[in-house]
Amino acid sequence: MHRLTISQIAAALRGGEFSCVELTTHLLDRIEQMDGRLNSFVTVTREGALAAAADADGRLSRGEAGPLTGIPVAQKDIFCTDGVRTSCASRMLDNFVAPYDATVVERLRTAGCVMLGKTNMDEFAMGSSNETSFYGPVHNPWDLDRVPGGSSGGSAAAVAARLVPAATGTDTGGSIRQPAALCGVSGIKPTYGRVSRWGMIAFASSLDQGGVLARSAEDCALLLGAMAGFDPRDSTSVDREVPDYTAGLERDLSGLRIGLPREYFGEGIDGAVSAVIQEAIEIYRGLGAEMREIGLPNVHLSVPAYYVVAPAECSSNLARYDGVRYGYRCEAPRDLLDLYTRTREEGFGAEVKRRVMIGTYALSAGYFDAYYLKAQQLRRLISEDFRAAFEAVDVIMAPTTPTTAFRLGEKLDDPVTMYLSDINTIAVNLAGLPGMSIPAGLAQGLPVGLQLIGDHFEEPRLLSVAHAFQRETDWHRRTAPGFE
Amino acid sequence: MEWEAVIGLEIHTQLATKSKIFSGASTAYGAQPNTQACAVDLGLPGVLPVLNEQAVRMAVTFGLAIGATVCPRSVFARKNYFYPDLPKGYQISQYELPVVEGGRLRIEPEGEDPMVVGITRAHLEEDAGKSLHEDFSGMTGIDLNRAGTPLLEIVSEPEMRSAAQAVAYMKKIHTLVRYLGICDGNMQEGSFRCDANISVRPVGRTAFGTRTEIKNLNSFRFVERALRFEIERQVEILEGGGAVVQETRLYDPARDETRPMRSKEEANDYRYFPDPDLLPLEIPQTLIEAVRDALPELPDAKRERFVSDYALSEYDALALTGSREMADYYEALVAELDGQAKLAANWVMGALSAALNRDGLTIDEGPLGPAALAGLLARVVDDTISGKIAKEVFEAMWAGEGEADQIIEARGLRQITDSSAIEGLIDEIIAASPQQVAQYRSGKTKVLGYFVGQVMKATQGKANPAQVNQLLKSRLDR
Repeated sequence: MHRLTISQIAAALRGGEFSCVELTTHLLDRIEQMDGRLNSFVTVTREGALAAAADADGRLSRGEAGPLTGIPVAQKDIFCTDGVRTSCASRMLDNFVAPYDATVVERLRTAGCVMLGKTNMDEFAMGSSNETSFYGPVHNPWDLDRVPGGSSGGSAAAVAARLVPAATGTDTGGSIRQPAALCGVSGIKPTYGRVSRWGMIAFASSLDQGGVLARSAEDCALLLGAMAGFDPRDSTSVDREVPDYTAGLERDLSGLRIGLPREYFGEGIDGAVSAVIQEAIEIYRGLGAEMREIGLPNVHLSVPAYYVVAPAECSSNLARYDGVRYGYRCEAPRDLLDLYTRTREEGFGAEVKRRVMIGTYALSAGYFDAYYLKAQQLRRLISEDFRAAFEAVDVIMAPTTPTTAFRLGEKLDDPVTMYLSDINTIAVNLAGLPGMSIPAGLAQGLPVGLQLIGDHFEEPRLLSVAHAFQRETDWHRRTAPGFE
Repeated sequence: MEWEAVIGLEIHTQLATKSKIFSGASTAYGAQPNTQACAVDLGLPGVLPVLNEQAVRMAVTFGLAIGATVCPRSVFARKNYFYPDLPKGYQISQYELPVVEGGRLRIEPEGEDPMVVGITRAHLEEDAGKSLHEDFSGMTGIDLNRAGTPLLEIVSEPEMRSAAQAVAYMKKIHTLVRYLGICDGNMQEGSFRCDANISVRPVGRTAFGTRTEIKNLNSFRFVERALRFEIERQVEILEGGGAVVQETRLYDPARDETRPMRSKEEANDYRYFPDPDLLPLEIPQTLIEAVRDALPELPDAKRERFVSDYALSEYDALALTGSREMADYYEALVAELDGQAKLAANWVMGALSAALNRDGLTIDEGPLGPAALAGLLARVVDDTISGKIAKEVFEAMWAGEGEADQIIEARGLRQITDSSAIEGLIDEIIAASPQQVAQYRSGKTKVLGYFVGQVMKATQGKANPAQVNQLLKSRLDR
């Protein structure tokens, strides 16, 4: 049951091959048996899941089922879930039970999905390895000594280990695509504004976007369709019709112009990763696509620009965590200043504190123009590069990450090295574009991800291009040894 | 050495929207603590602001009323600082690009020449909650009902030179925002708050001296007193060779002095940046035109019209246009009375205002509408009752005894205008008062007052005074 795709599950449920309760119980048991090795879940909502499953079975028997009725999902622990702990993998919110549902949660629930639990992540979504979590690191199912990527490491690992067919994630600088690549699953970060941020705990407001990790582009399409759409509660949400993402999947690729940015194929890319990507490119050529080398001359500025803008916004977004109204509060505060300093000193982990300080500095008097303003100007240049590129090509393709999964602890001592692992993904967030990562092969037994980048609101195109690859190859069906 | 003060005022007006500027929670005053603060107001994880269009309309209304530029594009910015009554750890405000820029207001300071004060800008922002330092045994209670209430912060140019000018400006703004219906101006409830920036310099110097900020002056009287005190204080320091310390001060009404404020936060670097959760505010020309069309007649224009249409004095016109409600009441009253503008003015400014003040009511809350009062005044105009009796009837109406005619009838208050009846009384009184008659006829015409008094007493005030005077004179002069 845990090997099925979402549409296969839906068909099986409708056909009465098994019930939702059976499926849910099976997955919950799997989580109990196997997640000890991975640590991909922070909270497992067993009772809630079984109740929702029973409800789904009822709907199925009455013929009231939709395409997602009874489909088990996991929610990244950054999405508020009414009545269920929402921790952001931080001690600061370890005791926080959200009093409302995020729009993403609400929409998937309404579509009939059954939530199995909340997945682990880098603390407050800050990280590329899921090593900063208050609840301990997540382990990559393909090699338990290695990282799954971050910040949506829990979601990626859970899907890769087939503990759940799909999970939500968020992507601010690559946090869906990079873990998808390192764990061998398919992930999509939609266009900025496509998915509502209401209830999605903010890290960097102008960059954050909610999306999906699943085992295929088709599964991503199914979930994205339910999640996306205008939400009046989010002023940055775009009022634009959501197409049926499953409709155009089979679209023919002949004549498709694929851009290969030379900046993303540079020296920093591991040789084995390169080889896998080159083979993937050949497959696309075979399908009728035309490859063109393009330039994105300003993308080398994306990491510095990002590491000013994102911390600046986060320093402000995280100011509310002060021990006054909810969340962690230090013991016996002596006065207001003591309350603030000890609560935040004890409640936040090192990486979060690092970024809050960087962000505060970048915004402070005398430095605003040199850092924040300048970074926003660089952002404009980067967006311009992509805009120009999309006049010549339909899709941009590149390796998602420079290497396969690195070892736990390997990059913890040098934050900058960690930051550079996002080098291929960050520009996409700065420009607000949609991006995907799909499994393209294995290098020394570890997954390699192929990144697809589209113009604004070109999710249908991305999904169909990804789907075409997944019709030709079976990398997306491979499973980590021990988790079959 | 002659000194002049340089004063600028920052006025925070709470906009009279039903719900908050960025959430749907109610803005109604006086609720139990923390019952009007929703998830957005509490700054819970994951919440987002959504702009209240009414607040924007009100800002545009104000901008147009002061002849300012309504910026077609303005930006919300975060003002970052930590304080328990600021849930998000930042206040959403406007910084570089406010919604209203420029503008001017003509003021008439008491005892000084009229002048025009420039307004630098007005911008939208959210209010913080309240910190209550008493009643909690050494701790502070935080009430977030007020958090998120829309504010329009109005900043004047530092063009005022005296306490009188500052008060006149503040009063003008107060009247204007109430006229426009954008703020109820209730200083006790905190809907209208004033901070003053004040420095002094020798007359003739153009450079500004060091200024102090005086916060939360919540009455016109306090503004005046605080500024007077502060001007004196600064002049004394400078004349003594010292330097004014730049600081924030509070006015203590009990001692009539300003004191340095207990500082709540040291760093004043607010690290402003555009709020990424809100789009830039783009105001279409169509909205500006629609608001312009809906602008009510403004106080100055109304005052001028009252002077010309109703032949009222400047003084009367000013008093009657003090609030839009009073002006509307007055006009409705005059409309019912056909040409009795002065009489109506006297009654509205006199008996009606006195009764309202006595009972602590606004003109709309008073028990007598213009039609009811018109009913009473009509009886004065047609001589049914005298002005003095009318006051008695007024109080009876106020107390709810009924309409004017009913009361006049029930109490038998009709004026006595029957000449022969009055003459009869006069003859009686003359017969009974030979001494006073002799005094009158010997030249002490003031004694007439005695006779008038006697007639009024005998008629319980109901005799028509003009007739009494006329008949007495003709009788006594015989």
